[in-house]
Amino acid sequence: MSPMLGPGRRLLVAAGPIVLALVILPYVVEPYHTVLLSYGLIFAIAALGFNLLLGYTGLLSFGHSAYFGMGAYAVAFAVKYLRITSMELSLVAGILASALVTALFGFVCVRYTRIYFSILTLALSQVLWSLAFKFFWVTGGTDGLRVPTPVLLGVSIGAGEDKMTFLAHRYYYYVLAIFLVAVALMWIIVHSPFGKALQAIRDNEVRAEFVGVQVWHYRWVAFLISGVFTGLAGALWVPLNGLTTPDILHWSFSGEIVFFTVLGGFSTFAGPIVGAVVFNYLKTFAVGYTVYWQMFLGVVLVTLVMVLPTGIMGMAARLSQKWRRAPAS
Amino acid sequence: MAEGTRIVSLLQTTRLTKDFGDTHAVDHVDFAVTEGEVLALIGSNGAGKTTLINLISGLVPVDSGSIIFEGTDITRDSIHEKIARGISRSFQLVNLFDQLSALDNLALAIFSRDGKTRKLFSLSEADGAVRDEAVAVLQQFGLASKARMVAGGLSQGERKLLDVAVAYALRPKLLFLDEPTSGVSTREKAPIMDIITAVVRAGGITAVIVEHDMDVVFKYCPRIVAMHQGTILADGTPDEIRNNEQVTANLLGTQHHA
Repeated sequence: MSPMLGPGRRLLVAAGPIVLALVILPYVVEPYHTVLLSYGLIFAIAALGFNLLLGYTGLLSFGHSAYFGMGAYAVAFAVKYLRITSMELSLVAGILASALVTALFGFVCVRYTRIYFSILTLALSQVLWSLAFKFFWVTGGTDGLRVPTPVLLGVSIGAGEDKMTFLAHRYYYYVLAIFLVAVALMWIIVHSPFGKALQAIRDNEVRAEFVGVQVWHYRWVAFLISGVFTGLAGALWVPLNGLTTPDILHWSFSGEIVFFTVLGGFSTFAGPIVGAVVFNYLKTFAVGYTVYWQMFLGVVLVTLVMVLPTGIMGMAARLSQKWRRAPAS
Repeated sequence: MAEGTRIVSLLQTTRLTKDFGDTHAVDHVDFAVTEGEVLALIGSNGAGKTTLINLISGLVPVDSGSIIFEGTDITRDSIHEKIARGISRSFQLVNLFDQLSALDNLALAIFSRDGKTRKLFSLSEADGAVRDEAVAVLQQFGLASKARMVAGGLSQGERKLLDVAVAYALRPKLLFLDEPTSGVSTREKAPIMDIITAVVRAGGITAVIVEHDMDVVFKYCPRIVAMHQGTILADGTPDEIRNNEQVTANLLGTQHHA
């Protein structure tokens, strides 16, 4: 086998059974669980984008709620002001809006690194949150904006089809397809020469400059791609949620994106995906179980950082290595 | 030199100056490098050797003076522009991409040199030409068996070699090597310098080597420039430097006095 096809083939071998399981899932579990998984997959797209910055470029953003929220609000605006019901057009609107905001914010933020970068991203996202909060005649304020069931690939919801069935089947497959495309795209990006340049910047900014990589420029493009992935996730999220409010732009949601990326492990490609899905179940469980769910998640985060600093996938990789090295008994 | 023969400098600095507060790190230095030569830059700590390289390579901005490379004023050029012109460097403290493999460290330099790092939608490992060249460079530097090891896991001697190899992979016209044997054992120095000088000479690359170890300098470099307190103290062959009283008094002590 050619070594250059190794990683791609390994991914396909590992991902094949998982994809198959995801395809048959709506036929074996309750619609509620399928919808829950849709949320997880959408958050996973956002986490993939986020981790291009954290895991591959070495930049910790605390403002990714801004791009997620821009994707969501762009869809809501398209519905409210342009009467757009097509999901594909809504996605284009979400991607364009998040790209615009990311390009502007990134232009400012990527000139800084470490804590300065994190604080700047957080501050700028809070500007968007306050705009959504204050300009209520445009954004609906705290009431938010409602988004009706969209038309998928030119087909609207059937006359006898209830919304839950639509979300648990057709919309789930729509999300799954986009999720798989997003995973494939991000896989190629991080394994491309561009992806290697980002990893070089993460490892050693000065040396990256001295091999001819224009660090600022590459960070900006990484920021842009990261924001667009997150914006796409926001655009997919809003029809599932049926409503977008300023909460989705708040920094605490940026914190959740950081949380699930750390939970899964930011040093592996699959870590953020696993983290997003697991976090979504954890949060749903915690919210349903106790009013102190934030405290529960806080304890999980502290435990995670202390016990599993490389996240779920980092630990899995270590255990797998140990298992392979163990002598056959 | 025969009368009338004109040696054209590849690099010429004129009254190059850099101050850090009250310290004249580089003080009106006129420094020339001729194409094809391998020269050593010596001096005690704080003499200004690394600052001179930092100024020429673009890491530190110039206060005053000029840098002419191949007849073009590059004093205010960015690092990126200087690399594109063919000036490359290694570092005193090893500067590598520690989480990338030795092969990827070199592949990145080659991708960058060829303008391929802008490629987003192709797998880097699928570029056979770059991989083959990276492997060939690793072989030249005796690191072929370490290709898949992450740079952070290599020994200090291997890391020093890889550091130079990354700079070499950019195919520079002028290569600055800042203390390529610092931090390695005395036993490892000669093999490292053997490899570096062989590769540099085979590639026809002009090289400036900053080095503290006088045995290394006298053995490998036909021309030596001695710096002291930000100025050039002497410039000559190993014998001329050995016999230069100022150099002996300020830099060599009695150890190498002929």
